Amino acid sequence: MNNVFVYIEIEDGQVADVSLELLTKGRELASTLGVKLEAVVMGHNVTGLEQTLAKYGADTVWVADDEIFAPFRTLPHTATMCGLIRAEQPQIVLFGATPVGRDFAPRVSSALHSGLTADCTQLEIGPHKDAKTGKEYENLLYQIRPAFGGNIIATIVNPDCRPQMATVREGVMRKEECAVAAAGEVKTIAWKEYITPSDLAVTIIDRQMEKSKINIKGATVIVAGGYGMGSKEGFQLCYDLAEVLGAEVGASRAAVDAGFCEHERQIGQTGVTVRPKLYVACGISGQIQHTAGMDQSSMIISINSDPAAPITKIADYAITGKVEEVIPKMIKYYKQNSK
Amino acid sequence: MNKALKIVVLAKQVPDTRNVGKDAMTAEGTVNRAALPAIFNPEDLNALELALRLKEECCGSTVHILTMGPQRAADIIRDAMFRGADGGYLLSDRKFAGSDTLATSYALSCALRSIGADVIIAGRQAIDGDTAQVGPQVAEKLGLPQVTYAEEIVEVKESSLVVRRRLDRGVETVECPIPAVLTVNSSAPEIRPQNARLVMKYKWAMIPSEMAAASELATKMVGERDYLRIVEMTAADIVCDEQQLGLSGSPTKVKKIENVVFQAKEAKCLTASDEDIASLMVELISSHTLG
Repeated sequence: MNNVFVYIEIEDGQVADVSLELLTKGRELASTLGVKLEAVVMGHNVTGLEQTLAKYGADTVWVADDEIFAPFRTLPHTATMCGLIRAEQPQIVLFGATPVGRDFAPRVSSALHSGLTADCTQLEIGPHKDAKTGKEYENLLYQIRPAFGGNIIATIVNPDCRPQMATVREGVMRKEECAVAAAGEVKTIAWKEYITPSDLAVTIIDRQMEKSKINIKGATVIVAGGYGMGSKEGFQLCYDLAEVLGAEVGASRAAVDAGFCEHERQIGQTGVTVRPKLYVACGISGQIQHTAGMDQSSMIISINSDPAAPITKIADYAITGKVEEVIPKMIKYYKQNSK
Repeated sequence: MNKALKIVVLAKQVPDTRNVGKDAMTAEGTVNRAALPAIFNPEDLNALELALRLKEECCGSTVHILTMGPQRAADIIRDAMFRGADGGYLLSDRKFAGSDTLATSYALSCALRSIGADVIIAGRQAIDGDTAQVGPQVAEKLGLPQVTYAEEIVEVKESSLVVRRRLDRGVETVECPIPAVLTVNSSAPEIRPQNARLVMKYKWAMIPSEMAAASELATKMVGERDYLRIVEMTAADIVCDEQQLGLSGSPTKVKKIENVVFQAKEAKCLTASDEDIASLMVELISSHTLG
């Protein structure tokens, strides 16, 4: 009762990173509250994961193991999770903000009539006083998230309904093994009691995992490379930085014409127009052809060896230096300082 | 020959948060909401396109918009009619104010029960909240199956749809019985343009509350033509438990709002030194620009 639950996502037989990150955060929350941390696994042939989960702090590992749980389908997962929550009454349930978590967590919240906050970037425990009624609460989950296109940061609480639920994107929280592994006691979920035949109504006909489409238009962070990246091999640095920052890669026309990357990534008058939250222009001089497609970005960082390059006129931060020196340092210091 | 379907598209009018450029920020670095235009939520337009294609596949089908919002949200219903929708419903009442996703889903599901629908199609998420919760929450409230991240309706069968979904790392094709709720990704086909003939036909379409300020000609037009009447619904028009609406129906409460302060326009010059790069990364992380 009153414990902290983390839904565990399985990818190719392994525990997904986001789930380990949530266990690390969940461990911290459970310790603050003085309760247990419980992992919930639904999948097929998922035995043996409890050791990993215990290392990341799971006192209990709830398991539903059957072929109806893999590949993921909304209704069996929803019914099983709701059944388990009704039986065990956790106070907090955390999900990864993955296609799976974002698909079924809202249904669970709807079925249980309890709040769910999407894409939290911080989770903390703290008190709350209702401004209207004056009622005071102890030990609520602060669900902190950007909103309004990232222009405001909101702290959300869920005072009266339980469980308090949140989703968190991959890479936002830090994962860390516990100094001493938790018990990781395996318990079986009574899923057959929770699932009805209508939960199996949707059938999967075909699944093909492939490389996803390039989506620079929708990206909130873009790392773009120009002719100053020097070569196709040199351009790889943009991909390296983008991967660490969770960004998409864009390019100037000069870089595309030189064959450093594919045309779909071209930004500017003859490419796409983007307005990300952050635009990192690497080795881009800043011709109007390019800036027309990106000057509405909320924040622009330029990296250029020429301090007088036109790009610095529209940049918020202008780093004067060689890309091959600056980018590795950005990667290093981002990794050192991100949670 | 496919049977006629009653298709309802869930849509939302949103502030254009994608256009938050430097003009939309005040000198204090806060959002200047007035500078943001109100637009048709982008993925709801993808949802509308999928709905219109489904309508074309199934002769005799209809597409209606259901939106919750203030009176000016009738604009997106007209926009949808200019592109091929048959009409719409505006759910508007002060009692809905302050709704979180769950209270919104409750109100929409109650409205959908009275409207009736074979297929409900919504955008995956709205750009002012990015929660992606309302579609699945509506499906749960109505006890319907859902297909999220839909990109294309591949086949229409007697009592089911075959739908291709786009996931992070690939595609999945599922068969889902109807009635059902679909949520649509931006990877789905783009919305068709407004059609000049439909613009002429529907330009006077309005909700009853707009009639008071309308010209005599417009009032006469609407009076004579039923298809120009956009339905306006209040809490009293749907069968619902008012406790579950608005603030009282919302389990989540906003405790605190902080504006993200943006940097001044003048470029800060940095060198390639370790100190400069390290402090830049720390600043980007602490201002939530990254991570």
